[in-house]
Amino acid sequence: MTRNPQLNKHGELIHLLSIEGLPRAVLHSILDTAGTFLSVNDREVKKVPLLRGKSVFNLFFENSTRTRTTFEIAAKRLSADVINLDIAKSSAAKGESLLDTIANLSAMHADMFVVRHSESGAPYLIAQHCAPHVHVVNAGDGRHAHPTQGLLDMYTIRHYKQDFTQLTVAIVGDIVHSRVARSDINALTTLGVPEIRAVGPKTLVPGDLKEMGVRVCHDMVEGIKGADVIIMLRLQNERMSGAMLPSAGEFFKNYGLTQEKLAHAKPDAIVMHPGPINRGVEIDSSVADGKQSVILPQVTFGIAVRMAVMSTIAGNNA
Amino acid sequence: MSTLHLNAEALYLDLLSGVRGLLQHDAVLVGIWSGGAWLAERLQHDLKLAGEPGVISSALHRDDFGSKGLASADPTKLPFEIEGKPIVLIDDVLYTGRTTRAVINELFDFGRPASVTLAVLVDRGGRELPIQPAYSAARIALPREHQLRLARDDEGRFSFDIKEGT
Repeated sequence: MTRNPQLNKHGELIHLLSIEGLPRAVLHSILDTAGTFLSVNDREVKKVPLLRGKSVFNLFFENSTRTRTTFEIAAKRLSADVINLDIAKSSAAKGESLLDTIANLSAMHADMFVVRHSESGAPYLIAQHCAPHVHVVNAGDGRHAHPTQGLLDMYTIRHYKQDFTQLTVAIVGDIVHSRVARSDINALTTLGVPEIRAVGPKTLVPGDLKEMGVRVCHDMVEGIKGADVIIMLRLQNERMSGAMLPSAGEFFKNYGLTQEKLAHAKPDAIVMHPGPINRGVEIDSSVADGKQSVILPQVTFGIAVRMAVMSTIAGNNA
Repeated sequence: MSTLHLNAEALYLDLLSGVRGLLQHDAVLVGIWSGGAWLAERLQHDLKLAGEPGVISSALHRDDFGSKGLASADPTKLPFEIEGKPIVLIDDVLYTGRTTRAVINELFDFGRPASVTLAVLVDRGGRELPIQPAYSAARIALPREHQLRLARDDEGRFSFDIKEGT
């Protein structure tokens, strides 16, 4: 059996490419470490020296202001030098291949690449071809995975609910296109969540989820009934024109989270969303801004989780 | 092989009187995780100091991060302002001085204390940095490959755990 390319021979994390296949202990260790970093915000000096003298390259082949910014803040709080490359507008547009780009950046003494790419598997390709001391973090690849979002979602759930082994978690919306959903399902499964539900119209919820132990629900009320955690996904506007959905209004009527629908979940259920939110499409404003919403704490936790991921992989050798 | 008998409970009583002598007005105790934190907790009680002692971790400032990775430890928790305070750092075993250096850096991320003093249960020599304790209850010499750590049982009694090799 081949080794998971994210782990070294001691089973330590050296790249974060996907949550799939990572042991539960590794996930818990990252969440524990993130807890330490969260408290760095309360210090007079909000910076720790773990990545001092290291260069972190943010390689965003696909646009994302929020994720790139949180990675940048996380790396700077760890004292790294951060270089942001908007690849979509530079070398790739001139026809340079992905591996040539990486070879050039490696020659500039990069220590870590944070990669977002529209092609699934691009971060794996980079991890296989970079020097042994270089670490890679997947910041979202195609429809495949968005592991740091998955981990920050797990941190949020643990923060509010403590024990994963008693929970019912409903993931609602455009699951077929969502790398967040995939990473969340992998993480929830590894952490022992007994009931995971995927809720949405047939066109947006893939049938093969059942094989991953996920309960598929096409009825919203049935899907969130008794849930402890509701993860709403962004309805990607670019999909609206296709045959997948009749209209945004129709989607909101059936699957948009309103106070009325939320009342079917547990009274202390939390509402999450990876952002950016489309008010009135997948979530009603009163829910997004309501007392059960933890959407903004997710953003804060995201920085601590990304600090935990970067410092964990940077401290482990290939 | 040498057999070493260190009575941690007896040494604790010496440490108690040593720390009492180091306490200035307004001083606060900060224990280095994990053994030093246990000691600070008991000292705080026995010295009848108000509130909780601080706990400090070296993890975020260690100089062996590059080779050993991130150390697992409880996070630093200082339940008081340190600005302008005399700090008494407590540790179980003082060896190379590298942990002490790391926690002093950690401490200064929270403010500027008036002074920092170090009191330890055992000083085993082998210093690699210019760090000396203001008080040590015992001074011993141990071969490099020996590991010496404080242990605490369910009743809160201290003993020493000595291991050969790393």
